[in-house]
Amino acid sequence: MNPIYSRRRRKDILIRGLCFGAAAFGVTWLALILITLFYNGLAGLNLDLFVADTPPPGSTEGGLRNAIVGSLIMTVIGVGIGAPLGLFAGTYLAEYGRNDKLTSVIRFINDILLSAPSIIIGLFIYGAVVVPMRGFSAIAGSLALAVIVIPVVLRTTEDMLLLVPNALREAASALGLPRSLVIKRIAYRAARSGLITGVLLATARVAGETAPLLFTALSNQFFSLGLNKTMANLPVTINNFVQSPYAYWKQLAWSGALLITLTVLALNIGARILSAERTAK
Amino acid sequence: MTDLSVSMSAAGGLPQAPMLPEAPAKVTVRNLNFYYGEHHALKNINLALGTNRVTAFIGPSGCGKSTLLRIFNRMYDLYPGQRVTGQLMLDQTNILDPKLDLNLLRARVGMVFQKPTPFPMTIYENIAFGIRLYEKISKSEMDDRVEKALRGGALWNEVKDKLNASGLSLSGGQQQRLCIARTVAVRPEVILFDEPCSALDPISTAKVEELIQELSENYTIAIVTHNMQQAARVSDKTAFMYLGELIEFDDTSKIFTSPTDRRTQDYITGRFG
Repeated sequence: MNPIYSRRRRKDILIRGLCFGAAAFGVTWLALILITLFYNGLAGLNLDLFVADTPPPGSTEGGLRNAIVGSLIMTVIGVGIGAPLGLFAGTYLAEYGRNDKLTSVIRFINDILLSAPSIIIGLFIYGAVVVPMRGFSAIAGSLALAVIVIPVVLRTTEDMLLLVPNALREAASALGLPRSLVIKRIAYRAARSGLITGVLLATARVAGETAPLLFTALSNQFFSLGLNKTMANLPVTINNFVQSPYAYWKQLAWSGALLITLTVLALNIGARILSAERTAK
Repeated sequence: MTDLSVSMSAAGGLPQAPMLPEAPAKVTVRNLNFYYGEHHALKNINLALGTNRVTAFIGPSGCGKSTLLRIFNRMYDLYPGQRVTGQLMLDQTNILDPKLDLNLLRARVGMVFQKPTPFPMTIYENIAFGIRLYEKISKSEMDDRVEKALRGGALWNEVKDKLNASGLSLSGGQQQRLCIARTVAVRPEVILFDEPCSALDPISTAKVEELIQELSENYTIAIVTHNMQQAARVSDKTAFMYLGELIEFDDTSKIFTSPTDRRTQDYITGRFG
């Protein structure tokens, strides 16, 4: 065999081996986490988990109903506030402000926000909402989640809209469509699955956030739907229970962690299916 | 190759074919200059598009032919940093009037692009969508209009059983005819074709060319093409452009048989471009 070629082949095999090794290394930890989670969490997965509220210390019955409902409420409100803002802002960047200086400034700030530690966002809402309102509240928690949602959705919205070919916009304009309709009826339609994917991923992101809720919604041992009071939620409950000395609380923490993971998994799979549909078209 | 010469004579491209009478001008271009920022892209263009005639624009890449086409419907307005001077009339309407309603202008001057651009919706909706922008009509009337438009685009027979399929499910050639049908549906007066066949296979190209010929009975047509045979086959008049200037503008048969300018001759004989 040609020596130059065989050297290149050896190099190729080496590099491929290194890449495979790196990928395997990463996936191993993920697999270990999932296995541990299933191993410890499945035991506590029963009906009580969904219908009974968090038990007092020492008790050996109870579930996570209040935390599940609380998480659901705050996630929905957070995404409900954050997603539209992110969508609109992303639309501005991709459609209206493409040639603006402002756009690159916004994009830069958004990137910072995107990688800001969530505890900082929790502290910010603590200062901006909790202190003036003189108390922890579900609404403060929702707002903290919204602040995390905005940059994620903004980024995916902008990216997805930029993927829509300009030829499509021109074709729509050439038919006499005003700008707003070109965006609403053509660009959004073409990018639809990508936009939904972005919102789903943002939801998955905030579903498991602990730090921003710790400073805002705090937690609650009881079932509560009041938005101006503290509200139970899965991440903080897990955080509290896992540090406790009670075996049953620990069990609930494992089951709660499994629940969150399964939810995030489901959201991610949903997002994958949507983007697969997009590429298939 | 025999096919080619046959269709050339059928298109009136050869000298022995009868000449069409001079048509009244639909679009008139006077002393038109266009700038991309500092770059002077079109230099003092003067010509007229005859009513219900096909005018072809040929020339090497970058000569400004697409730029000129995109001024006819003010497409350049979508992008900043572009400037135009001179006069451009569509009948009595000043196309360059800054106060002109661009959406109404574009309803009168339709455009078909290089790449087929069906909208991400059903075949039916691709057509109905444009009509709804300007007219409020009943479902049955709409069905009628959609059928008429698809027939106009020579696509009806291929899609009548799957009007609810996505426009993206069609082949490239069908997509392009869908775009033509969509343009025709809003009843424009002028249709601009910007290299409509450069992404199509030869059979689809032949269909689109045939369609352009048919459409010229009712519409004023301008077509930009890189393919000189295509210009010869479909057009009544041909404009040769080079480096932003209009070098020669005459009957197609004259341009392709006895051009006056040396550069036109060099281009059509393939010496450059």
